Amino acid sequence: MSNGERPDSGRGFSLHQPASGSEPGPGPGLQAEGEADASALLGAEELIDLHAEGGAAQTTEILERLDAELVGLDPVKARIRDIAALLLVDRLRQRYGLSSTRPNLHMSFTGSPGTGKTTVALRMAELLHGLGYIRRGHLVSVTRDDLVGQYVGHTAPKTKEVVKRALGGVLFIDEAYYLYREDNERDYGQETIEILLQMMEDERDDLVVIFAGYADRMESFFQSNPGLSSRVAHHIDFPDYTVDELAEIAELMLAEEHYEFSPDARTAFRDYLDLRIAQPRFANARSVRNALERARLRQASRLLSGDQRKIGRADLVEIAAQDIRASRVFDHPTEDSADGSPTARRGDGTLAEP
Amino acid sequence: MRVTQGTFSYLPELTDDEIAKQVAYGLDQGWAVAVELTDDPHPRNVLWEMWELPMFDLLDPAGAVHEVNACRQAFPDHYIRVSLYDASYGRQTTALAFIVNRPSQEPGFRLERQEHADRQVRYTLHSHATDRPPGQRGGGGNGQP
Repeated sequence: MSNGERPDSGRGFSLHQPASGSEPGPGPGLQAEGEADASALLGAEELIDLHAEGGAAQTTEILERLDAELVGLDPVKARIRDIAALLLVDRLRQRYGLSSTRPNLHMSFTGSPGTGKTTVALRMAELLHGLGYIRRGHLVSVTRDDLVGQYVGHTAPKTKEVVKRALGGVLFIDEAYYLYREDNERDYGQETIEILLQMMEDERDDLVVIFAGYADRMESFFQSNPGLSSRVAHHIDFPDYTVDELAEIAELMLAEEHYEFSPDARTAFRDYLDLRIAQPRFANARSVRNALERARLRQASRLLSGDQRKIGRADLVEIAAQDIRASRVFDHPTEDSADGSPTARRGDGTLAEP
Repeated sequence: MRVTQGTFSYLPELTDDEIAKQVAYGLDQGWAVAVELTDDPHPRNVLWEMWELPMFDLLDPAGAVHEVNACRQAFPDHYIRVSLYDASYGRQTTALAFIVNRPSQEPGFRLERQEHADRQVRYTLHSHATDRPPGQRGGGGNGQP
């Protein structure tokens, strides 16, 4: 019986064929899915309406939101705009059949704490998704703990699992310099870096990795891992905010929470920022958020302990000058412990972004 | 002899893109993905070996396709299938499983008759792949009498 069956095996099947060759469809992988009608190549003389092009509108919208929600950060925004433009033009070129290699979009975000690295990474994932560069547009945010194992043989599967989860989206490695410990050669972090490099190479089409951390430490991190540095095309530096920008951020944060500064409070808060910015462990926008949180606390207890029996909406919304001026920053402007925020109490100057 | 078990087994081999689309469907249903392999395709052999770990929190099919290709590279002459588990029943339930790799020559099966009391005959399937011990079954030639 088995003999009778054997001739079948020759034509019935073949070993797996990779994607190529079997389908004439354009574009790599699944991305071609939504563009089935646009798949016909355009002639050399035909023109495209830039604004009608799919994705263009979405891109503009995301860029506008970026502008509206993020104060300052001009060099960052400029670079993101460049990347968006490149991806859009790449897509247009594809429609004329002009092929070019897929741009390398691995990035490193460096900057002081609280300068918006995580927020921008989120926006970046949305943007890349809107432009069809990545399929899902989710952000997988990890730190050393999620990547590095605890014993021999634990690291590789752990890292691979995280990377697999991030495929089709963006892998955001916060405080990436912790992956590499100079003082310990047997540290498993090195293995993580090797596997990351390998996956970045193997899954070029599906993976965008963003390394984030403080500028000086990232510098030495990249120096000790030249292979990693050369694969990261965009090194984006997040500048510290000026007092004006911080004040603007505070207004935005308050508006989000349906609070308002009274005119006096506004000037008080600027005074507060002037003092706080000079103190150690100032974490930019995060310190502003913490200061506002404490102002809310004081406002609440002021309302409850005050003589006023009846309060209205205006009282509930308003942050008064005394809520700000009660801060310890004003009492002992030179003391380290002036800021009672949890970020300041951590004490080692390394702030984990919440 | 072409083994037809699991979904899509009467269709031509799925391309990587088609595999990705099937997995994407499963992920949208909230199913978990696993890659399994065996060198004994007997229909009653339900316990295939697991390749790496099952992928529970995958969002995008690219991770599964990556594992399928890694498995193909390591075991080019094994049967490899992708299984999608639906955990919503409170137990692991295979919702979808399809073969994504086959040996270059599939050894096939033969019918065995067993003489029983009162001239009864019992029939069973014998998988030629198991003629050799595990580890020596690679490739063709297994089905030769």
